[in-house]
Amino acid sequence: MAAETEGLSASRGGAGIGGHRFGALRLFGGKAERGETSAKRVRFTSRCLPYLFLAPQLAIIFIFFYWPSVQAIQSSFYLEDPFGFSSTFVGLSNYTDVLKSVEYRGIARFTAIFTALVTFFALSVGLLLAVKADGVIRGNAAYKTLLIWVYAIAPPVAGLIGMMFFDQHIGPIVEIACWFGWDIKVGLDFGDTAFAMIVVSVWKQIPYNFIFFLSGLQGIPVSVREAAAIDCRSGLRRFWTIILPLLAPTAFFLLIINITYALFDTFGVIDVMVKDKAANNPITLVYKVYMDGFRGNDLGGSSAQSVILMVIVFVLTIFQFRFIERRVHYN
Amino acid sequence: MHRTRILDHVILLIGVFIMVAPVVVAFMTSTHEAAEIHRNGLSLNWGGHFAETYGTVLTRQGGFTGKITGFNMVMNSMILGLGFAVGKIVLSMLAAYAIVYFRFPLATFFFWVIFTTLLLPLEVRILPSYEVMNMLKLTNTYTGLVVPLLASATGTFYFRQFFKSVPDELLEAARIDGAGPFKFFIDVLVPLSRTMMAAIFIIMFVYGWNQYLWPTLMTTDEGFFTLVRGIKQILLVWVGSQIPDYNEALALAILAMLPPVMVVVIFQRWFVKGLTESDK
Repeated sequence: MAAETEGLSASRGGAGIGGHRFGALRLFGGKAERGETSAKRVRFTSRCLPYLFLAPQLAIIFIFFYWPSVQAIQSSFYLEDPFGFSSTFVGLSNYTDVLKSVEYRGIARFTAIFTALVTFFALSVGLLLAVKADGVIRGNAAYKTLLIWVYAIAPPVAGLIGMMFFDQHIGPIVEIACWFGWDIKVGLDFGDTAFAMIVVSVWKQIPYNFIFFLSGLQGIPVSVREAAAIDCRSGLRRFWTIILPLLAPTAFFLLIINITYALFDTFGVIDVMVKDKAANNPITLVYKVYMDGFRGNDLGGSSAQSVILMVIVFVLTIFQFRFIERRVHYN
Repeated sequence: MHRTRILDHVILLIGVFIMVAPVVVAFMTSTHEAAEIHRNGLSLNWGGHFAETYGTVLTRQGGFTGKITGFNMVMNSMILGLGFAVGKIVLSMLAAYAIVYFRFPLATFFFWVIFTTLLLPLEVRILPSYEVMNMLKLTNTYTGLVVPLLASATGTFYFRQFFKSVPDELLEAARIDGAGPFKFFIDVLVPLSRTMMAAIFIIMFVYGWNQYLWPTLMTTDEGFFTLVRGIKQILLVWVGSQIPDYNEALALAILAMLPPVMVVVIFQRWFVKGLTESDK
């Protein structure tokens, strides 16, 4: 049970910090961690040294993590006037207001669709490229280098480049779409802006999935591949029946990471693309928290939304672990 | 058999094209003049105004208050990237050392206190975090820019995992030799962790450099703008000008991506190792 809870929480390692989207799940969900109860046979015993070593991190965590988190939950139950002079306890009414709002529901729906599409395309393109790179040139670094470096570009920078490609005057993508009779108007047309956001977000995330899928593939022992090649001559079937199940732990890890990427890290892409005209443009739930809190000065409502988001993230994780992890085989 | 190989290469080349072309086009276009870009669109050939545009972008006093140059923004980004990476490594190594190598009553409790930070992303607690910063008078300071970002436990868990894989015999031997906790840490553990530290440094630098939301909230004074934070401002300034400065916007975008991209390309092996193999 302990190991299970640990694995569960660890998934948030990638998600939780909304940007440190890397190996934390593997750190905890992996077999190394399981069954290991205590780490060291020998340890130091000292009355104050461990506290001294922990103090800097704990201080920062208490001031910049616990304090604001508690405040978020607390202010979600209060109605504060915009200037911060007074606040009244209103119970759950911030929550009911938010959940009843047609606008909020629309944004929630868009967020769900956006997340699903970004996750699906980023994962499938990443997997396709990884399979090809693994099959064609084992050990050759050229494709690998060329395919992973986009990882290092910040989302808003990717958003800016995307804006250029979708620009009314100079954008080549707009021109190409024009041949097919599609008049793209990013920033004005809801669907077109959403399309551009998804393209840029997927583009930015492909390298990350590529790295993990490629390492996953290269971690499959040669003997397994050879046995598979003998048993199953069709490459595609071999992939579906043998290789893909072996990749399942990686894919599962990436699924969670990609969902959280789409929910949180696309903020920069969105912020650049909607050009401060959020009213008629697609935005995600996180962007709405930001808009209501910093532009609208609706502290209670924004806090309630934050808490709702926390719950969504939390429930999602539990759901995934309960229902998906059971079908994933860690070899 | 032979044909599928060629097809594989074709798919990979299309992939490479999609990943690389936008950035190459952005760079090439940035060497053209704004009016020319406005007339001809993005381009793939060399425009010849490289030194001019990048010089302007780096040295011209820009923004609403005219207080900041591109060079200042590069420095601010460096402070954020390096400060975050170094801070993360120092904090997490110390904490992980305490958790793995010491026996003390509240160990499990502190472990969970640190662990919980992985449950809530900064994005969902931005508003109260900002209020705390205001109360502490840390807005528009480098401390406020860097330190709150350190309030998560990823690094700690990397090092915890790594320390656990260090053989017990080392500590036994060190203790027989009479090494105390400090000596063991400095003389044995730190040198052993060098690769691990390098990998984490690279990832954290890229992460810090690329921060957007937090700097956007924290820094309203243009003197503290980072490159990535400045991107939005660049786009806002466009609105209203006759011919948008496409070239300068693209030049700043290229500058903003250059250091992290170089770090990833040069230290690729460590970077990938840090990302994927830290469970080893």
